[in-house]
Amino acid sequence: MAHNKTLSESTTDEEPATPEDGETVLELDGVTKAFGEEAAVEDLSLSVTEGELLTLLGPSGCGKTTTLRLIAGLTQPTGGTVSIRGEAVAGDGAFRPPEKRDVGLVFQNFALFPHLDVAENVAFGIDDWPADERERRVDELLELVGLEAHRDKMPAQLSGGQQQRVALARSLAPEPEVLLLDEPFSNLDVRLRVEMREEVRRILKEAGVTAISVTHDQEEALSISDRVAIINDGELEQIGKPEVVFENPESKFVASFLGRASFISGRVRGDIVETPLGTLSTDQINGPVSAYDGAQIDVLVRPDDLEATGPTDGLADGRVVHRQYNGPSFVYRVELESGGVVRCLHNHVETFEHGQEVSVKIVADHPLAWYPVE
Amino acid sequence: MDGTAETTDDSTSRDSPGTIRGSLANIRQLVTRIRRSLLPVSATLIALLLLSPVFWIVREATTVGRERAISMVFSAGTFDIIVNSFLLTAGVTLCSILIGVPLAILTVQTNLPFRRFWTVVAALPLVIPSYIGAFAFVSAFGPRGVLQDILSPLGVEQLPEIYGLVGSVLVLTLYTYPYVYLTTRASLLSFDGTVVEAARTLNHSRWKAFRRVTLPQIKPGIAAGSLLVALYTLSDFGTPQIMRYDVFTRMIYIWYDNFFLGRAALMSLLLLVMTVGILVWESRISASREGAHVSSGSRRPGRIQLGSWKWPAVGFCLLIAGLALAVPIAILVMWLERPSPGYAEGGFEFQFAYVMNSVSVSFAAAILAVIVGLPLAYLAARSDSRLGSLPERASYVGYAMPGVVVGLALIFVGLRFAGVLYGTVFLLVFAYVVRFVPQAVGTMESSILQVDPKHVEAARSMGDGSFRSFRRVVLPQIAPGVISGGALVFLTTMKELPATLLLKPLGGETIVTYIWQVQEAAYYGQAAVPALILVGVSALSMLIILRQDAYDGTQ
Repeated sequence: MAHNKTLSESTTDEEPATPEDGETVLELDGVTKAFGEEAAVEDLSLSVTEGELLTLLGPSGCGKTTTLRLIAGLTQPTGGTVSIRGEAVAGDGAFRPPEKRDVGLVFQNFALFPHLDVAENVAFGIDDWPADERERRVDELLELVGLEAHRDKMPAQLSGGQQQRVALARSLAPEPEVLLLDEPFSNLDVRLRVEMREEVRRILKEAGVTAISVTHDQEEALSISDRVAIINDGELEQIGKPEVVFENPESKFVASFLGRASFISGRVRGDIVETPLGTLSTDQINGPVSAYDGAQIDVLVRPDDLEATGPTDGLADGRVVHRQYNGPSFVYRVELESGGVVRCLHNHVETFEHGQEVSVKIVADHPLAWYPVE
Repeated sequence: MDGTAETTDDSTSRDSPGTIRGSLANIRQLVTRIRRSLLPVSATLIALLLLSPVFWIVREATTVGRERAISMVFSAGTFDIIVNSFLLTAGVTLCSILIGVPLAILTVQTNLPFRRFWTVVAALPLVIPSYIGAFAFVSAFGPRGVLQDILSPLGVEQLPEIYGLVGSVLVLTLYTYPYVYLTTRASLLSFDGTVVEAARTLNHSRWKAFRRVTLPQIKPGIAAGSLLVALYTLSDFGTPQIMRYDVFTRMIYIWYDNFFLGRAALMSLLLLVMTVGILVWESRISASREGAHVSSGSRRPGRIQLGSWKWPAVGFCLLIAGLALAVPIAILVMWLERPSPGYAEGGFEFQFAYVMNSVSVSFAAAILAVIVGLPLAYLAARSDSRLGSLPERASYVGYAMPGVVVGLALIFVGLRFAGVLYGTVFLLVFAYVVRFVPQAVGTMESSILQVDPKHVEAARSMGDGSFRSFRRVVLPQIAPGVISGGALVFLTTMKELPATLLLKPLGGETIVTYIWQVQEAAYYGQAAVPALILVGVSALSMLIILRQDAYDGTQ
């Protein structure tokens, strides 16, 4: 992985690992949206291929939802172009209103029409179809989302999960080129969320629709998407398959956003790295470090990469400052003598008390990502 | 018989040897029952009293005799009045919707320049009592009016006729459309904007989304405002009288004035039937499916960019505000500056005593309305049954009952049954209470609803009786609601016209009757000061209503 040069760059080329098999359906090229001085989205470029489910992941207020609204045509970009199937729908002097874009949007609060029943909601976008075809399409979609029995109910009579299914069916009805999902699970309670994730992915795949979803929940993004795009402050940080992005975060931001990451500082000596927790050899490090000989770097460690033990030979690396019990496991937060805090994952048997001195060992079975210190 | 009573009965029979103790318990039980039913009983009595004018009207109408009554009702004259009333009500309601709904949409959903300014200005015509508006319009556009004076040197001999249906619709629309504007605005503000965006992404143009999503959801709001407009129009006496347009209210007054009392009563009954018709029509609309499901959310839909429509839209707002506000104010101020010749000779000197008369009857009405309204409001707010809110509902009849009808009914009372009261201030105050007690009840009920019933239970558990706990716990908390309810009645009473005209005691001129006199005598100039006072009074009552709305809105 040649990740060193991309560390400080905001826009990234397509991840080589991404399968480029399908045809490109949606393309954003240098899209910018500024509200006054503030840029909500800045120079964003990405493309989505046929049938793919891409998730935009980032902290609240990072510009994800604005990006969706730009694609849907609910907001006009201040720069760059949005194209669907190679045709510019925004930018380049063109602006196609939402109703002429073939883009569906599932709203965070579902936005069902409260004065129409389930079947009427689903049929809303296809009211220009012949009656019998429309009827058939509604039946087909209600079956897809498993709501055949509820077609005559009003939205207020449905549970949150059912409302979401109606919202999905409604936006799939006109067979959009692209379906957008804005924080689709945030209005559901926690138990329902996990169940609906699987369900929504099944429905999208069965419908074969190209979809972009937006979330701030990393677990959700990693579990349902074909690809994940990490957005920070309106800029694209990294895009790729979930497991690739998780294992090889290209920037410290991505690393710290995914998994409960900590960093330990190390100094490069030839092709090894000296850290307060021991020396790392080449095969424990992701990519060659020789170019940084003598320099200070930060090594990414997640809780499962570290292990705490009782102090060996009376020498401790740090002190337990916090203990989180999750039932099957403990996560200890250890303040290191050398400065900084790391997290260690343990099973429920090994217990350390708050304030106890421990030594910490790197037990990772995969190469660790690292970042030069700026 | 409730549970407590039964146990007491059991203990009585068991205690039969000691009969004194038993009967004592019986008495105590009786007292509790009386005290418990005190509130419902008094509320019912009050409601009956408030409804009594209907009874007197019916009674008087029956004195006409069957055959004469039938021939009166089915005469060509009556038919004309029905048609006229219908045309006026329908015309004003329709025009109010045509003005109020676009104004609401412009001020809520578009990038109209100076939006905040227009938001307030569009509601302001409510401040001007419609009869003052009518009188200003007649003096501006009528024959030998201001406009004609200005235009006559230019060779304009005659202006289009302001009197009649056109003038009445124009004036009433200008001063009642704010009801539609305000209710439509409220429903636009409370409804979730994302559903409009959802419609847009489902291949609906802006106009189509408005028709299929926004309109069905704001329909109940529009209907509620239209109901207020229709009720107001049907019961308004001043405007048609000034515009010389023969509708029910005007004819009832004329017949009364010429001592055709039976006929006036019969027409009053017909007017009440028409009012009930409007109420039924409105409840049909609100009960339809659309009304029951209104989405609410915090997100506003994106503002509609008016583009080249921006300036025509401003022109529309300017036209309405100019007609409804600038014309009457300009006329009044002009009369203030340039007194009419009648000022010295007419003998209609405006006296400070008139203001005092207005203030004292209004004050009495306000106090009485609060006293009478409190039990109704309390019962309605605290009972879960329909029966409990029945007295409160019944009191709302006063809203729908035109002032002319209430005034007439009380004249019958005075003439036939309570001669001592005839021509006294008591009947007048009672008429005000009948008409405006719903305002006090409404305000007080909403503030009672905000008091946690647990507070009363807590006080009861600490040994306070029900009345004592009400006085110590509830009353202090609802005091602001009680005061603003009373203030509202006070201010509306100040500008009430028809009942005041009918029932004012001899020599008891008020601001309103004074304006009416000089208006009839065409000494317009002298009406300027009292009219401006009334506009100020109405402005105050608007402020109270708006504050109350903001208060409710935070709930």
